[in-house]
Parts: sequence; structure tokens; C-alpha cells
Amino acid sequence: MPDDRSPVEARGLVKRYGEITAVDHVDLTVEPGDVYGFLGPNGAGKTTTLRIMLGLIHSDEGEVRLFGRDPQHDLPKALEGVAGFVETPHFYPYLSGRKNLELLAAFDRNGHGGRIDGLLELVQLEGRAGDRVGGYSQGMKQRLGVAASLLRHPRLLLLDEPTNGLDPGGMRDMRILITRLSGEGITVVLSSHLLAEVEELCNRVGIIRAGRIAYEGTLAELRASAGANRYRLRTTDPARARRVLSALSRVRNVRPDGEELLFEAGEDDVADVSRALVGAGLGLTALIPEQASLETFFFELTEAAERSEEAA
Amino acid sequence: MTGTLIAYRWELRKLVSQKRTYIGLGAAVLLPVVFVTVMALQTGGPYDAPLGHNLRKTGLALGLVLLTFVSHFGAQLAAALVAGDIVATEHSGKTLKMILTRSLRRGQILGGKSLAAFTYVIATILALGLTGLIAGSIAWGFNPLTNLSGVRLSALHALWLSAAALGVFCLPLIAVAAFAILLSTWTRNSAAAIVGTLVYALGQEAIGGLVHQNWARHYLLSDQFDGWHGVLMSPVDWTLILRAVWVSAVFILVPLVIAYEIFRNRDVADD
Repeated sequence: MPDDRSPVEARGLVKRYGEITAVDHVDLTVEPGDVYGFLGPNGAGKTTTLRIMLGLIHSDEGEVRLFGRDPQHDLPKALEGVAGFVETPHFYPYLSGRKNLELLAAFDRNGHGGRIDGLLELVQLEGRAGDRVGGYSQGMKQRLGVAASLLRHPRLLLLDEPTNGLDPGGMRDMRILITRLSGEGITVVLSSHLLAEVEELCNRVGIIRAGRIAYEGTLAELRASAGANRYRLRTTDPARARRVLSALSRVRNVRPDGEELLFEAGEDDVADVSRALVGAGLGLTALIPEQASLETFFFELTEAAERSEEAA
Repeated sequence: MTGTLIAYRWELRKLVSQKRTYIGLGAAVLLPVVFVTVMALQTGGPYDAPLGHNLRKTGLALGLVLLTFVSHFGAQLAAALVAGDIVATEHSGKTLKMILTRSLRRGQILGGKSLAAFTYVIATILALGLTGLIAGSIAWGFNPLTNLSGVRLSALHALWLSAAALGVFCLPLIAVAAFAILLSTWTRNSAAAIVGTLVYALGQEAIGGLVHQNWARHYLLSDQFDGWHGVLMSPVDWTLILRAVWVSAVFILVPLVIAYEIFRNRDVADD
């Protein structure tokens, strides 16, 4: 039966370690079917937030609900339909990959042990399933971690840096797997500091910095919220072109980038830009609208917060 | 199957797969063999130890005589090696967060771990007793045993009483394991838990040696390692046995309750 309760709803989460506030009034909402990118620099509070969600640590304030249940007070029930790992998944090194999964299936108490072969195949570990995990590479452990999570038949998957330690091929396979799982209706929360990964996989993002949420919403909204469109301009005389653009009132942030100029302007104002340049006797060789990358927004959001803190 | 039994079953499997498990077990198996070999190569022996006068007369005495020797250090070390590691290793291996995000409660996981550690303690003492019986019987035969009151018991009767004596001996050793579990949970450090447990066990012995009031010494854990003597007296000394049972029970329950509270409320982060 479909569950219309939010897979994740966190309100006012706070976690302090002595004088350090690792998570500072975090609000998050993950909707069913989302592939939610949880972004932030190292030490921003991503993993601590995930740990609170999984009931591994206790929050000092606020509450979190997974499909309406509170993992802080209602374990293990609150983790029904929830799986994932924080930081690198770890297993018993003296047991084989298969035995580790058998142990976890037993701990799940749901009789899904019969899925182990299929999952080992899915993560391409069927050939090494009988080997001790102590001999596995980082990437193999990562894949075993995904298999261990899927063993629970999750509706919500919390993955902390799932491509960490993987080679480029492994990263590609992991991304394909996440896309596939999302296609099967699993809601995914993907914590990452790899912006390209989040941009490729996620429909919604939460950006956290110094324990605080700097942005939450869709990628499209994020781009729209950035305001003016950005353009890249190539002319026959960059120095004169810069003077022309700077004289136009509705053109902002004109700055050189090698032989080119970058500027921001509304879509309607770009026609004025081209007319002004031609009027000044300049030849236009390229006028290209630039879509700002998630990376640009990320640094704007995180560094803006840093600047405002410094100013305060 | 209850969650505690699921955890217990898998803890046993994990113990079987780890080398450290076999250190204590191996020592328990080797000790009687070494003892018999040394006795065979020389005259005399520890005849003044409880039941020591039976050595060279019946193999039934060997395992029981060895209890006195291992009760001062060896048995505690074996218990500490496994019980002191059983929770801490989940922290150092970072596997705790993996099992805590499944469907068992923290209490069930700790319960399974505790039962597995206690099973290991029992298995070690059983291995000592069995190997002692086999090695002793090969060397000196399966003959009647003279108990601590000087009464001669048939071999079969003495065998049953020996099994009961081993059982009583296990109780204070389980209490030592319970303390090791507490330290393992609290410190999250295997080495600290093992060393701390040995200090605890030796400390009880030292206090026992210092305290002159019998009534006070009777309630120390170290004194309960002699509780099995009650089984091999005529008539059976139930006071000694029952005291070993209840004092050990207190020394088992108190650390376990504290360990449970720590384990239940602990934040699991990689620190």
C-alpha cells in the first residue's frame, strides 16, 4: 500500500558536542520518490544528521520522522522500510560477504535471506561472496553495503557518500544503480560532497553548512532563485566591450574571463547588449547564455553564509 | 525466535570464526595434558590442593584440582579475553552502527552478546574438565574418588558430582565475564576492558587476602571460586553452594544492568 507520509521530516534538529553545535536547527523534508541530495562540505553536519535519522545518536532538540515514526524514541519500528549506511559501510572481516549478509538478514527478522544471491549478483559480488570481507577492496565493501541495505526491502535508502573509495567505473555503476532503485520507487537520500554526482542523480537538494541548512528545494528552484541569467561574451575588442557593458544600467557583474567577458542580465536586456556593442563598432563572435552549475550555487550559498558570519 | 536468541546465535558464530576464541579454549584443553605429562615425569605433586590427594589414584581428580589453579588468574584471563572484547570490537570495527540500524533492539543485541560470552566461559571450563577427565583417566584410571570430607565415592557418582562442581565454578567466572562486558561497553576499548577485568579479579583476591573477617570475605567474588567445594563434601554443603549462587548472581546482574543502560543510551559515532 502506498505510504503518503513524508519519508523524512526533520524539524529543528540540534546536536551539540560540548560547545560545538554540529547540527543547528536543521529542517528537512524528503518527499516520496525523491532522490534527495544532501550536500555540504566536510564537517558541515551531514553525517551527524543522518546518524540522528537512523537513531544512532540522540538529538538535543527537535524531532525527526521517518514515514511518520520517530527514530529517536521508537526503534527499531521507526526503521521499518528504511535502510542505509553512514560513512563507509563496515562488516565483520573474519566472515564472508555472504555470511555478513546472512547475519544482517537474521537481524532484520523479515525472512529476506532468500534474496541474498540476487543482491550479490546485483552488486556484482557473486564471485567473491564466499571470501572473507577482510580481503575485500573499499569498493567491494561499498557495494556490499548497498546489498546489505537493499536486503531490508527499503522504501527509503539513506546513503552517505556511496561512491566514496570507488574507481570511476565503480562510481558509474553505483550511479546507475541509484537511478535504477529510484526508478523502482525507492526514495533515496544521498549525502555527498560531489556536486556533479548530486546534479546528475538528484531532483531535490538540501545544502548544509556549519550545521545549518543554507538551501532546500528542487534544483530548478535553486537555479531560478539565483536570479539573473549569466552570459559569456566574445568580441573583437574585450576592453572596449567591457566599457560598453559597464555603461548599461541593467547589466551587472561584468568581469573578464581570459579573452572573454562574463556578465549577468535579464533575458530581455541581452538584445540591448548586442545592439550597444554593434553600435560601438564592435564585432560579436559569440554571446552564449550560461547555465550556472550546482557548484556555483553551492559555493555562493556556503561562502555567502561564511561572509555574513564574518561580517557579523 | 526472539531477538536475543537471534543475536546469541550469531554471536556464537562470530566467536567460532575468531582466533582469540581459541586462545582460552586451547589453553583449557592443553593444561590437563601438560599437567599429566609433568606429573608423569616427576614424583610428588600438589597433593595439598583440594582433592590433590586423589592425584595418581583416579583421573576424576585432575579437572577439579586444576580448578583451584586456574581460579587465581587463568580462568579470569580466558573470560576477559572474549567478554572484554565482545562489545568493544563492534566499536573499533565500526560494525555497531551496521547492526544497530537493523530490526533488533539494543538490549537484545547486548543480551545476545552476554549469553555468548557466558557460553564461552562455560565451554572453556567444560573443555578443562573433559580434557582433565580424559587425560587423567588415561594416566591414572577411572577409579573412585575420595571427597573433601574423606568419604570414598564411586567413580560414576564422583563423575556426576564433578559436573555439578564445574557448574558451580562457572558462576563466579560468569560474573567476571559480566564485569568484562561492562568495561567493554563502557570503555569501547578491548585492551582496557581485558586489563581492567584482570585488575578487578586480582583486586578482589587481594582484598580477600587482606580482610580478616570471614563474613566480609564470603561476599567477595573471589571467595565464590571455592563454592564448588560444597558439592564434594559429605554431606553436601549447601550454604557454600547457595552463597556462590547468589553472590555470583549479584556480581552478574549489577554490571549487566549498568552495561545495558550505557549501551541503550550511547551515541554511536566514530569517535
